[in-house]
Amino acid sequence: MKINSELCSGCGACAAACPFGALVIKGNKAEKTDACTDCGACASACSFEAIQAGSGSDNGGDAHDLNSYKGVWVYLELKDRQLRGVALELLAQGRKLADEMGQELAGVLLGDNVADLANEVFANGADRLYLVEDPCYGRYDADQYTAAMTELINTYRPAVILLGATHNGRDLAPRVAARIKTGLTADCTGLSIDTETGLVAWTRPAFGGNIMATILCPNHRPQMGTVRPRVFKRAEPDCGRTGTIVRAKTKATTSRVKWIKSIKSLKESVNLEDAEIIVAGGRGMGKPESFALVSELAELLGGAVGASRAVVDAGWMPADHQVGQTGKTVAPRVYIACGISGAIQHLAGMQGSDVIVAINRDASAPIFTVAHYGIVGDVNEVLPALINEIRCATA
Amino acid sequence: MEQDVRPKTADPREERTLKIVVCVKQVPDTTEVKIDPKTNTLMRQGVPSIVNPHDKHALEMALSLRDQLGGSVTVLSMGPMQSQEALRECLAMGADHAVLLSDRAFGGADTLATSYTLAAGIRKIGEFDLIICGKQAIDGDTAQVGPEMAEHLGIPHITYASQVEAGADGAPVRVHRDGEEGTEILEVKLPVLLTVTHYGDGPRLPVVKGIRRAFRAEVDVWSVNDVEVDRNVLGLKGSPTQVRRIFSPDKRCGCEMIPGDACAAASVVATKLRELRIIGVGS
Repeated sequence: MKINSELCSGCGACAAACPFGALVIKGNKAEKTDACTDCGACASACSFEAIQAGSGSDNGGDAHDLNSYKGVWVYLELKDRQLRGVALELLAQGRKLADEMGQELAGVLLGDNVADLANEVFANGADRLYLVEDPCYGRYDADQYTAAMTELINTYRPAVILLGATHNGRDLAPRVAARIKTGLTADCTGLSIDTETGLVAWTRPAFGGNIMATILCPNHRPQMGTVRPRVFKRAEPDCGRTGTIVRAKTKATTSRVKWIKSIKSLKESVNLEDAEIIVAGGRGMGKPESFALVSELAELLGGAVGASRAVVDAGWMPADHQVGQTGKTVAPRVYIACGISGAIQHLAGMQGSDVIVAINRDASAPIFTVAHYGIVGDVNEVLPALINEIRCATA
Repeated sequence: MEQDVRPKTADPREERTLKIVVCVKQVPDTTEVKIDPKTNTLMRQGVPSIVNPHDKHALEMALSLRDQLGGSVTVLSMGPMQSQEALRECLAMGADHAVLLSDRAFGGADTLATSYTLAAGIRKIGEFDLIICGKQAIDGDTAQVGPEMAEHLGIPHITYASQVEAGADGAPVRVHRDGEEGTEILEVKLPVLLTVTHYGDGPRLPVVKGIRRAFRAEVDVWSVNDVEVDRNVLGLKGSPTQVRRIFSPDKRCGCEMIPGDACAAASVVATKLRELRIIGVGS
């Protein structure tokens, strides 16, 4: 990135727009610091055309060697010995990337006695399945899974790997990326192929959801990224599809972490990520006791209860109900936001919902910019009325 | 919540002392950030810098363990000199030592380069039993640095840690790890790295004595020459991921506002829910 100091007026718009705080105004001229990542946000903000965005740094990387990496892989996470929803969503999206790149789509499955899932993997678009079966993979373990993934990557050399940004996905992906020493982009909401470079363009929210960043991994392989559940849609499975199963063998390794037991303490009402219906409450509910209305409506509709960060911080609701950038990302069929103002961080967690109904006393609340249906009113009046209507409707 | 896991004997020689390092980042308060409506770009001016909220929870876990079992808590950060403010706030909360890795060579780093640099800082700090990190920073939002650091240091890691139970000296610790379906209990020998979202009732407030102490305390500032690193792996140069562009998220318009009083509005919503077959499908 270069600043033309002759054109620079020292207005500071560039410094204000920089997400990395990498610009300072000295002697009425803008100067860049070493925190600059060449993202180009400053160039967009400058009305004097004094900034020329950079073309990215050159960290080396042998072009021929990079091109020898082929194929799009999807890490297939399991829940109760079934493929997690996000795995199927990533097969669908991975299929599109693979087609655009003219390469194969493969699923990677680590587990114990899980070969029967192969048909579902092919039906959802994969050409190949790398199957690694052993009792040691019966339960997710960072040491075992990182070792296995690393071995597979070094043997089969994929160009791209997609993983679900689940608790385990966000545990495994960075460990693998650091071991392989490659680039990983987290929580992507958009994936495409950059036409100029043929690289995967990973688009994701940053700064609490206030901005979107598109990231590239030009000189390292594989290009890795995680994607939150419900961001992409599954495809219609084609049960006639077949593919190749590669039974990969991995070297035995020991884990440094021992699983003692699980406490299945989360009731269905807190499993927000899989919920079809969510009723969520914010500070606009007024007081913690009013949350009973939110819970009642959720129960009536057979849905889960969500909460904004504000009410979790205030201690009205436990943290596992939090929806948002630092909470859970949800994409239910219906999201009813009660007394939630709609801070960007909250919207980042729920704007993928199919139908959003918002109830807020303030007509200018940002929640109404993403809602499909809005009611300006007092939640403590609207919710009882809605609960009543639904009781009558289902009576 | 069961917190007291002190060994049964009162013999202090059987109390363990834990050397804990907490990684902390100073971040802009992204809940306060606005977008300039004219240029559609970020407006960082006047946005206060804070200690990353998850890091405060990580620090609280560390301080609680130290208070129970004895030991020391060192806070470590990588950033510009201004990050010293965040470290002083951590000292005021009760941390014992503070170290800042600050150098032009570290600038522009993605998570791989950042984690590598922090790992080098930890190696220089020396022996440790536990490293505790906040799950993610509210500006980068990646949640990658913690596990990547553990890999660079060759130690195990556990993410989403909500509780730690330490027993007698030398024994493995038990860590509660939160997942989508519930919590698991895992056992691991120290040293280990943990990442934390929320801890207990939240971070303690600094007390006056702590604030005074923090104001007078030394923050060790280390440059690239103070740590053993391969310069090719630092900063922007050492970052495999590059930002291609930054833009503002699309604002979708077109919310259908439902008029009328509470009852009228409720009736309309109920109708919509029926149309979507959410209700009235013979449940």
